[in-house]
Amino acid sequence: MTAVTIPTPAEKEDSRGAVPWRRMAWVTWRQYRVAVAGLVVVLGAVSVYLWIIGDQARSFGGAAGHSLTLTAALFQVIPALIGAFVGAPLLARELETGTFRFTWTQGFGRARWTVATVAPLAIVVTILTGIVGSLFSWAYGPLIGGKYGANPLAGNTFDLHTVTFAAWTLAAFSIGVLAGLLIRRVVPAMFASMTAWAALAVATGVFLRPHYEAPLVSSNPHLPSSSWVMSTWWTQSGKTVSSSTINELLQKAGAQVSGGSVSLRPGSALGNLSPTQYLIQHGFTQVSSYQPASRFWSFQWIEAGWLLVFSLLVMSMVVWLVYRRAA
Amino acid sequence: MNVIEARGLGKRYGSTWALRDFSLALPEGHVVALVGPNGAGKTTLLNLAVGLSTPSAGAVTVLDGVPAGSRPALDGIAFVAQDAPLYKNLSVKDMVHLTTNLNWYFDQGYAIARLGDLGIPLGQKSGKLSGGQQAQLALTLALARRPQLLVLDEPMSALDPLARHDFMATVMTAVADDGVSVLISSHVLTELERVADYLVLLTHGQVQVAGEVDDLLASHRVLTGPAGDAETWVEGLATVHVRRGEAQAHLLVRTDTNAYEVPPRFEEHPVSLEELTLAYLRVPEAASLPGPRRAREAAPKEIAR
Repeated sequence: MTAVTIPTPAEKEDSRGAVPWRRMAWVTWRQYRVAVAGLVVVLGAVSVYLWIIGDQARSFGGAAGHSLTLTAALFQVIPALIGAFVGAPLLARELETGTFRFTWTQGFGRARWTVATVAPLAIVVTILTGIVGSLFSWAYGPLIGGKYGANPLAGNTFDLHTVTFAAWTLAAFSIGVLAGLLIRRVVPAMFASMTAWAALAVATGVFLRPHYEAPLVSSNPHLPSSSWVMSTWWTQSGKTVSSSTINELLQKAGAQVSGGSVSLRPGSALGNLSPTQYLIQHGFTQVSSYQPASRFWSFQWIEAGWLLVFSLLVMSMVVWLVYRRAA
Repeated sequence: MNVIEARGLGKRYGSTWALRDFSLALPEGHVVALVGPNGAGKTTLLNLAVGLSTPSAGAVTVLDGVPAGSRPALDGIAFVAQDAPLYKNLSVKDMVHLTTNLNWYFDQGYAIARLGDLGIPLGQKSGKLSGGQQAQLALTLALARRPQLLVLDEPMSALDPLARHDFMATVMTAVADDGVSVLISSHVLTELERVADYLVLLTHGQVQVAGEVDDLLASHRVLTGPAGDAETWVEGLATVHVRRGEAQAHLLVRTDTNAYEVPPRFEEHPVSLEELTLAYLRVPEAASLPGPRRAREAAPKEIAR
């Protein structure tokens, strides 16, 4: 079979090829240097704080570092803010001010422009927050296990460590970019991206993270304090005993049970025993399902892995939508 | 070569068609005025032609058959959108540098010299420039790309008369020097009357009139005669529009039909482009197109007032 190719005018013109990618380097830098500088300043301040705390925790024991558990809550908002202030305006500002009509009709092409703008910023925010996350892990290290009993898998700090902090920021950034493209206005897009990110973060902590690996089950009542205990129940001769049965039993023995807490009445049949000890003496076994602290790194990589895939999908969708979009 | 060619083009926003079953071929080498009332589909057509939006139906090609929005199309077309959007926080110099980087070819020497002539300071933030200067900057950035086709969407709507004049002077210099084809949309014809040599009149997402200005003017006449006689002749002549006065009636008629003759007691006058455009705008169902005529055109309708 002979194929004859007749060059169309398009192909002839095309021989010149696309405008080289490197040309966008200056454009992206010129347009986002202020944003990047702001990011470096804010994250730099956070890093200095972490360094001081980590240093104190090492010199004077964990007490100084204990304040980190409190400030951790503030750290949680960093990815959301980066998503809202760097990600969301990226396309929303172009669409809101109409500059996309200028930029997207230049020779570079709008899909390639989007790639050349989104990708470098995605890499920058990931690297910067990776550094901050590493510093957090280092500063928080002395608090894990031991006498401070911090649990590295706990929801309040797990996503602030090295890998996941960067991955969550990347996810927030991608969500912000997508929100900006869909909503086309800066401020609403910022709010939408923060809301969407928070929903994803909460849903992950509650529904997803406990199931990265099947929890271990142990009847050892003295689990290491760094374990992430998910649920505890009682068994008798290998059968699970319902919590209402346990409560009845304790009430008969003279304990007061309200809600989940058990308190002792003076002079009850429990004597000097704690309710747990009492139950153990009466042939019950306490069973816990938990995630051991040793799974920390595999959990980190699992979470970072799917977040990376998620972010890449979202960013690909952004490029595709820009390419396909009907203005 | 046709700089823009649309076949069966349609663009729908939600359930409304901004353009529907739209066909048009614009030959190169003209300054085309795209005129029509607000909402006629001018911006929609331009967005489709520069590749900013994708058709819901049909296709539009540019620069001799290149799909709109493709790489060679982007290379060969420069577009100045309505209100000349620029990065307001960038200096004029940075805008020049940015546009240079975004294109294969950009004549920086021309751009800098032109901005100098216009007295636009290179260090100024583009957001701080006057409306006229912003429009001139956007136009200079477009022309320095040495496009084959320059597309301007209502470029002068925000400008004062002097700035309009200067803006059009820049465009016409480029036409004279480089032979660039130009497509300008506007809802006011007056600002284009002196410069446009091709007219496309758009109404309700359809081409109503398309043709070279000279041909259009040559093929239309105003017949002025007694108001009482007008009714007698309207049917027989290819009348586009009738304007009745107290004593006299003015009939805008087409002269390119066999039926054309000046009725007794009527006088024949040439028509101005503005007059012609206004007449067609008042009669959206009348049409004047090049090439094969539409069937319904055979009997242009008289307008009930």
